[in-house]
Amino acid sequence: MKARQRQLLWIAVVLIVVLSCSFYSANGPQTTAVLAGTVRAATLLTLGALCGMIGERSGVVNIGIEGQFLMSAFFAFTVTSITGSLFMGAMAGIATGLTMGWMLAAMAVGLKVDQIIAGTVLNIGALGLTSFFYDGSRSLGVGKYTNIDLGSLADLPLVGTVFFSRPPITYLTMALLVVVHVALFRSVWGMRTRAIGEHPGAADTVGIDVLRLRYINVTLAGGFAGLGGSYLALEAVGTFSRGMSGGRGFLALAVMIFGRRSPFGAYAAALFFGFTTALQNHFQLNSVFDIPPQFVGMLPFVVTIIVVALSGLMGSMRDPAALGQTYEKG
Amino acid sequence: MTDLLLAARNVTKQFPGVLANDDVSVELKPGRILALLGENGAGKSTLVNVLFGMYRPDGGQIIIKDEVVDLRGPDDAISRGIGMVHQHFQLVPPMRVVENIVLGAEPTKRGLVDLDEARLRVVELSTKYGLEVDPDALVEDLPVGMQQRVEILKALYRNADVLILDEPTGVLTPQEADHLLRVLRGLTETGVGIVFITHKLREVLAIADDIVVLREGRVVGTTTPDQATESGLAEMMVGRSVVLRVEKQVAQPGDVVLQVDDLKVNDDRGQLAVDGVSLQVRAGEIVGVAGVEGNGQRELVEAITGLRHASSGAMAIAGKPLTNNSTRQIAENGVGHIPEDREKHGIIAAYSLAENSVLNRYHRTPFSSRGIMHREVIYEHAQSVVEEFDVRTPSVTVAASSLSGGNKQKLIVGREFSENIKLLVAAQPTRGIDIGAIEFIHRRIVEQRDKGAAVLLVSAELDEILSLADRVAVLYDGKLVDVLDANVATRERVGLLMAGITD
Repeated sequence: MKARQRQLLWIAVVLIVVLSCSFYSANGPQTTAVLAGTVRAATLLTLGALCGMIGERSGVVNIGIEGQFLMSAFFAFTVTSITGSLFMGAMAGIATGLTMGWMLAAMAVGLKVDQIIAGTVLNIGALGLTSFFYDGSRSLGVGKYTNIDLGSLADLPLVGTVFFSRPPITYLTMALLVVVHVALFRSVWGMRTRAIGEHPGAADTVGIDVLRLRYINVTLAGGFAGLGGSYLALEAVGTFSRGMSGGRGFLALAVMIFGRRSPFGAYAAALFFGFTTALQNHFQLNSVFDIPPQFVGMLPFVVTIIVVALSGLMGSMRDPAALGQTYEKG
Repeated sequence: MTDLLLAARNVTKQFPGVLANDDVSVELKPGRILALLGENGAGKSTLVNVLFGMYRPDGGQIIIKDEVVDLRGPDDAISRGIGMVHQHFQLVPPMRVVENIVLGAEPTKRGLVDLDEARLRVVELSTKYGLEVDPDALVEDLPVGMQQRVEILKALYRNADVLILDEPTGVLTPQEADHLLRVLRGLTETGVGIVFITHKLREVLAIADDIVVLREGRVVGTTTPDQATESGLAEMMVGRSVVLRVEKQVAQPGDVVLQVDDLKVNDDRGQLAVDGVSLQVRAGEIVGVAGVEGNGQRELVEAITGLRHASSGAMAIAGKPLTNNSTRQIAENGVGHIPEDREKHGIIAAYSLAENSVLNRYHRTPFSSRGIMHREVIYEHAQSVVEEFDVRTPSVTVAASSLSGGNKQKLIVGREFSENIKLLVAAQPTRGIDIGAIEFIHRRIVEQRDKGAAVLLVSAELDEILSLADRVAVLYDGKLVDVLDANVATRERVGLLMAGITD
């Protein structure tokens, strides 16, 4: 990161802290609610972004995150409903995500199908299958995941509620950020993953099996989206409904791009987009604006369009050079 | 100490429709440099890819250190001490030098890549072999000569005692190439054996201990530098005697045809690639643009031919200002263009030869009227191009993709020359084609000059520039460093200019 960018980052952090504190002193409960909503909305986007990032760093575009979310949410919900265990449901969600990831890998890496088409297959398939098998009379049967207070940290004003009194998958997501960051930038796996996304030919000539690594990565990445699906059904909402991922798999891609395909960057971006979602909820619940709710509901998506368009203008972001290309030996 | 580092015994490799290697045998001994010489398509690259485990041979044996081996892939070859420096560098541009060197064989500490250890090893190697590099520089920021060092270090890091270099000097200035040859000679003193692939005769005579000449997939000669001559080698490569020097009269320059004033052009990344170039080309002369690739040649040519927008400056043809006009407007003003990338800009591979022969004027009479193309006229025209320009093809209705590189190029030349042109812009006109076609195209370019056309010739092959050009312009870092008359443009002088050294 260049010095200027670091400087801007600090300015942003200080600004956020100052603004949060002043809003908090003006209206404590509302500020806490909006910021807690921000962290809540960020979790799903972060998990989707981690999924997308591991694929794209390896050179495979995954636009099927939306479908992975939806299908995983469906199975997480159904398994919990049958077994009465949230843990079994969450595992089922992850397994579903891995399976979807494996299907994407099989199509995009194994069969060399166009990556966008392969991702679209996942999205359409997930929407169709979950809508068809959806049973409106089924309920979760048990209570959804609840907040766990992290000891005395949870008693801190504002940040206590916002960060340290969260449900389990949210904590797990924060831990995964660190794990993925270290893995991607410090481990042998990460170095090879970045190499096959930038210049698969170079990786091949030093004996790295490009297709095998892509296969593994795209499959593994699906697990993150699967956890996202579990989060959606078992932690955020507590039930399943048709099309409940509501475009957030695509929003996660925007988060990933805006976060420069790095875990912490993605988390920052996810918090930003999460904030727009939380703010939108706040506006609607409190009827802040006297306009139809649909317009207020557009807020996160309008911000996405603007931010992604502007981030393109800034131009310093570069895609992995081999992104979207199938690799042929020789 | 083994006395045979690497050998191919009767290697045969068949590709669909081509016998790329036919019973090829070569040997490499420790501390020696083996030059593999041959034209494009002679089977050199296939042979080294077989030796490096990229292809499996259909017949024959590979012997590494006195042992017959069956290579399963490049990693197998690497683990047996074979290192390869590819023609197109196999480096990851946004990664650091040290990361590139250790990639695939990373030292680790507690499960993570140990970059400190890696850096130590890299510095140690680069001091030992005189290949200084900054281990923490990003590869994308390095000049090509430096990137090549990284490639060599990559092989040495893996304890290679055989180094295969595929056309290593193509991207270097003559001085950089000389330096590379010295480094390679130094390496052989430590017992490393080197396989050096090239089509440049001068280099072979300068560096090789043993020379093997390949033609059409077969070994046609084995010799040593003290027994060989340039013309002898060229004859072996082509299979008949060749004229290395282009026959031409002294130029009779006329009026200025191409006038370029303070032209500035950006490259694809938006960086300034042509930085205020001013240049004149007169009727009846060939101006050669020399320079290491990537110094603005492509952008200059594209701006002149209308393929790229110039950000400032002016360009005129025969007095008519045409800056940033469309390619068609520029072509209609008498400009013929042999583009650098013939597959991308020269032909449409899926179209027939006939259609390709009128790409620049299919919309005009007699080839079409009122939006309808006249097939018979186009076929006749294509037939005459094929005959006059010696395009080897079964018919004019086959797809252009079925032609060999040399024949595609002759088709393009034929198309561009079949009309009277005022200016010819020829970019890398003989890249990757056989010597026969090269001779033919060179003769035609000189013929155009003698008919009164102005010729702007851009080439990465300095020999091509020196043998054809009447004046030599040298581009370095987007600037025109100097323009020399042909009689004072020596290899050494132009080479220094290509490196940006002006005094």
